[in-house]
Amino acid sequence: MQRLNTLPADLVTSVNVHSHVERILPTDEAYALLELVREIADAELAPRVDDFEARGEFPRELLRTLGRVGLLGLPYPEEYGGGAQPYEVYLQVLEELARRWLAVAEAVSVHTLACYPVAGYGSDAQRKRFLPDMLGGELLGAYCLSEPAGGSDAAAMTTKAVRDGDEYVVTGTKAWITHAGQADFYNVFCRTGGPGAGGVSCLLADAATPGIEPQARERTMGLRSSPVAQIAFDGARVPADRLLSEENKGFRIAMSALDGGRLGIAACAVGLAQAAVDYAVAYAGEREQFGRPIAQFQGIGFMLADMATQVSAARALVLAAARLRDAGRPYGAEAAKAKLFATDAAMRVTTDAVQVLGGYGYVADHPVERYMREAKVLQIVEGTNQIQRLVISRALTRG
Amino acid sequence: MKIVVLVKQVPDSGAERNLRSDDNTVDRGSANNVINEMDEYAIEEALSIQEKHGGEVVVLTMGPSGATESIRKALSMGPDSAVHVADDALHGSCAVATSKVLAAAIGQLDADLIICGAESTDGRVQVMPHMIAERLGIAALTGARKLTVDGSTLTIERQTEEGYEVVTASTPAVVSVWDTINEPRYPSFKGIMAAKKKPLETKSLADLGVDASEVGFDGATSTVVEHSKRPPRQAGNKVADSGDGGVQLVQYLSSEKFV
Ligand SMILES: Cc1cc2nc3c(=O)[nH]c(=O)nc-3n(C[C@H](O)[C@H](O)[C@H](O)COP(=O)(O)OP(=O)(O)OC[C@H]3O[C@@H](n4cnc5c(N)ncnc54)[C@H](O)[C@@H]3O)c2cc1C
Ligand SMILES: Cc1cc2nc3c(=O)[nH]c(=O)nc-3n(C[C@H](O)[C@H](O)[C@H](O)COP(=O)(O)OP(=O)(O)OC[C@H]3O[C@@H](n4cnc5c(N)ncnc54)[C@H](O)[C@@H]3O)c2cc1C
Repeated sequence: MQRLNTLPADLVTSVNVHSHVERILPTDEAYALLELVREIADAELAPRVDDFEARGEFPRELLRTLGRVGLLGLPYPEEYGGGAQPYEVYLQVLEELARRWLAVAEAVSVHTLACYPVAGYGSDAQRKRFLPDMLGGELLGAYCLSEPAGGSDAAAMTTKAVRDGDEYVVTGTKAWITHAGQADFYNVFCRTGGPGAGGVSCLLADAATPGIEPQARERTMGLRSSPVAQIAFDGARVPADRLLSEENKGFRIAMSALDGGRLGIAACAVGLAQAAVDYAVAYAGEREQFGRPIAQFQGIGFMLADMATQVSAARALVLAAARLRDAGRPYGAEAAKAKLFATDAAMRVTTDAVQVLGGYGYVADHPVERYMREAKVLQIVEGTNQIQRLVISRALTRG
Repeated sequence: MKIVVLVKQVPDSGAERNLRSDDNTVDRGSANNVINEMDEYAIEEALSIQEKHGGEVVVLTMGPSGATESIRKALSMGPDSAVHVADDALHGSCAVATSKVLAAAIGQLDADLIICGAESTDGRVQVMPHMIAERLGIAALTGARKLTVDGSTLTIERQTEEGYEVVTASTPAVVSVWDTINEPRYPSFKGIMAAKKKPLETKSLADLGVDASEVGFDGATSTVVEHSKRPPRQAGNKVADSGDGGVQLVQYLSSEKFV
């Protein structure tokens, strides 16, 4: 009770957050898409995020709504039911979703990543057979690369697939799998040959396959509405016609999928950081100390300026890498730079947002403590930021 | 089954709305104009009937040229085509005249079922379905919270204060719906693209065979004489509890005749 009296309750409810990002988009349809996404993000995501995060519930039905709207296949060809949008547009959609609810944006990003192996490396027959359903909005995908003993060193994986007649028999454990237990299909990277990257294959497995067993959910620091768990493969039999590309050619698929996936994570980071800036700016304009709004103290005003600048720089870097990809140019190192910079920026900006709110930033009545917990994971997933530096430095020294 | 959905463009009820000072009509120029909320439920109902029973869904709007934006938005949810009745002479039309125009337009469409919102958020007269049905000589099933189509038989649950009534009629008929009937879908990205290419026919009063003198200010059966802004809300009474708070509350409630 005492605490209620010390909280300025009117301040908690009256922080009037405005967000306006000036965007240059390539087509009229992209503007219409972004407008629709903002409307849905405001009406469907914003009112639910706190509740779902508190309960740790995955918003499966909401993902279906996004699917029906057409957001679960944006960067894929129209002939398979995709939205035929360039990455430049798809990533700005992710950014708007992440501004409201990071776990939902991440879910869209992971699903989009999980469609890539079939879209990019499947045979014509496989694309025709699988992609329309995968992009259709009702199904959700997951991407199984990491293992308990090998995250950064993915090529050391031990999950193995042994050919038996018309099937592969998969045995082993994948770790940290986003959408474990919720996904309808899994991309499973597994060893079919010798050690190292040259012995890895990629299978597209149905989640209902007997022997694919999602384990207990991890208890995560943030992103709690996104289910993450190990998946045990206990002699799961996957039909051989679900091998993508050729045997032992799977590692390349994993890496090129991650190039695009990294841009997705980077865009999520930009949206999250934007939300933190918007909230901190609104709060600092209303909170008064020493007789004036704290935003008028240079110490706070300059902090807000630095935060906003980092977000703008991160967005520019992400879109520059996306435009390279859209133009069919090599973009892997640029994607790594964008992921590194944008997620580090999100960590700094969300930490500073907590500082701007002072004690109020540290409690769950305001969203900035959640933003800070969420930013951390973005520096780890789809290649830690150390691994991004590895990618960048290798590209530099390769010449 | 051919379904006509009535869609009205109205000023956003969540934002500042005004009447014009010159002629007392709704100030559409300064407003953020949107689809009348209840009409989105009408569209959804039409689309879900089409999904189950096939047929065609046509959007019908009477309104100024700017209403096209709302018509495209309506089409992006899924209807097949739209008719927009636009004519300068319509400005200032009363409900009776509006129903004449809409009935004439429906008459040219050969509809089996007409679905509309139970009320608009600007006029709020709730009479349009009854007036249109009367003019067309067909049944009006109004205030539906549920609609079932079985061949040519329509059954609604008519929402009342106490519960609901079951009312049936056969097609053609007018059905008006409340926002309890369904959950309208969002337009899909592809729907937005497709809406740009869907047929949208604009009709004038002459096209409908309605004389300009029967509508607008000339034909109005009622006139808005003057209007003023609602007075600002008074500050409430605060009861400080120094032991007799309960007594004070009861005194207040009985003085206002609430108890
Ligand atoms: C919430 C969440 C969701 C995830 N979702 C998925 C998913 O859907 N699918 C999936 O496959 N994986 C997923 N992951 C796994 C994620 O990709 C791995 O956690 C990540 O790649 C790091 O692997 P690791 O945890 O084994 O850490 P390690 O590889 O053990 O790394 C530990 C530390 O060592 C550093 N390090 C490692 N190697 C080097 C090096 N060569 N040089 C310098 N530093 C190095 C790392 O940067 C890190 O700081 C998820 C993880 C989390 C937390
Ligand atoms: C403040 C105000 C006061 C008014 N006072 C009067 C008055 O006293 N007497 C009078 O006769 N008129 C009056 N009008 C005008 C009247 O509301 C309009 O003529 C209106 O078009 C018809 O009524 P409604 O939209 O309120 O119908 P409602 O019966 O409330 O609307 C029900 C449904 O009918 C459909 N519909 C209504 N209009 C259209 C349209 N133009 N195009 C397509 N579908 C439509 C929609 O589906 C709507 O949901 C007033 C309007 C306003 C804004």
